[in-house]
Amino acid sequence: MSVKKTPLNRIHREMGGRMVEFAGWEMPVQYKSAVEEHHAVRKAVGVFDVSHMGQLEIVGPDAEQMVRSVTCNDVGRLQDGQAQYSAFLTPAGTFVDDIVVYRFNAERFFICVNAGTTQKDFDWVVQNQAGNVEISNLSDQYAQIAVQGPLAEATVQALTETDLSGIKFYWFTEGQVAGKPGIISRTGYTGEPGFELYVSTEDAEHVWTRVFEAGKPHGIKAAGLAARNSLRLEMRYPLYGNDIDENRTPLEAGLGWIVKFNAPFIGRESLEKQKESGVTRKLVGFTMVDAGIARDGYSAHLEDGSTGEVTSGGFSPSLGKSIGLVYLPAQSAVVGCEFMVDIRGKLRKAEVVKTPFYTPS
Amino acid sequence: MAMNVPEDLQYTKEHEWISVDGKIVTIGITDFAQQELGDVVYVELPEVDQNLEKEESFGSVESVKAVSEIFTPLDGTVTEINEDLADAPETINEDPYGAGWMIKLELSDTEQLDELMSAEDYIAYVEEESGS
Repeated sequence: MSVKKTPLNRIHREMGGRMVEFAGWEMPVQYKSAVEEHHAVRKAVGVFDVSHMGQLEIVGPDAEQMVRSVTCNDVGRLQDGQAQYSAFLTPAGTFVDDIVVYRFNAERFFICVNAGTTQKDFDWVVQNQAGNVEISNLSDQYAQIAVQGPLAEATVQALTETDLSGIKFYWFTEGQVAGKPGIISRTGYTGEPGFELYVSTEDAEHVWTRVFEAGKPHGIKAAGLAARNSLRLEMRYPLYGNDIDENRTPLEAGLGWIVKFNAPFIGRESLEKQKESGVTRKLVGFTMVDAGIARDGYSAHLEDGSTGEVTSGGFSPSLGKSIGLVYLPAQSAVVGCEFMVDIRGKLRKAEVVKTPFYTPS
Repeated sequence: MAMNVPEDLQYTKEHEWISVDGKIVTIGITDFAQQELGDVVYVELPEVDQNLEKEESFGSVESVKAVSEIFTPLDGTVTEINEDLADAPETINEDPYGAGWMIKLELSDTEQLDELMSAEDYIAYVEEESGS
């Protein structure tokens, strides 16, 4: 299968983006400096091409019920124009994907899914279709641009007549940005205030360029996947494929808050059982006590001989230290617990800490 | 990508540079290597007096996204390490051939120097490897 390109590929190359393959897409991992891009998002504003993300739509008289049956969070709590972090789960209660559900109205839901899982998600939703609904994969029609940081609102506001201050966290509206129609959503993957803009693929270059111009006075920087990863990790946001996958449940991943047992959904019985018996392993945050950086996939070793797995690890530019997420046996997954990480053959001490690692100001 | 390759140094396929002063050599990573890695955030170096064997990993250079092990192309004993890199690992990005040096090694076999690449050979190697 050939590597896919987003509509902003040409612009990334022009801007000196270092292109890598990620989840089947050619994406910029960084432009000039991943650390500077990270700081720009924390202190000013950064713009990310996240057009690799997928978009599904479920439309029809039974849409709300259908969405409830395939997602673990309670879509019934949403009002029109509200979004919700949620997940598709297997019957075993493990992650098919983590997603954001947007309610336009009771008969129209828009779902943002991960890039690498888009086709799997679409097939899975179609397989579990219930009632009178139509399911579409709109991923090829949408580009997605994330504008994130304390000056993100000032940047986007300069390009739209929509009053952005009226959009609360995890709410969205349809509107025009730089004269192009799209969805303006106050969501993101960085912990900073900001917006994700869903626009048509043919408008992507125009909107990106205008966002960049509008953000210039604020010191906007284009940011790549490396900064996106360090920003999300500081917030303890999970990454599908690393921290969550078809072997992990939301209860193990510390995402119990997105599971609402008030109505049937795929995976509910398994999670009810797991909730009752208690999880045997849990995802927690850690920092390195000894020198070194723990990376994805490194093993963790506890005093009692039990082991764990680092699923995300790296250097935190905001904190200036090595942080990560690790699955540990539940009894050890408590703040203050020390363990060793096998860093390429050397055992180095790490400590479980409270998360998020970083609190945006 | 613009790449600085000083004429007076020697190079390895693992993108290290070597500067020779009698039996003492200084080793660091090339401008190409630091650009490939991106922002260096952590450097691990051996201890002084440690004996290294050719092709042994003696440390690592880590960026936000990746880790790269550093291999010695020569047998020898570590006489000095660049301790400033502990507090300022970004020096490797800023000045890879100068203040970003990593270790000094006293060679046990100077004949091994003949196996290193010249600047010209290294440029050709990088161009071939990156397919440009």
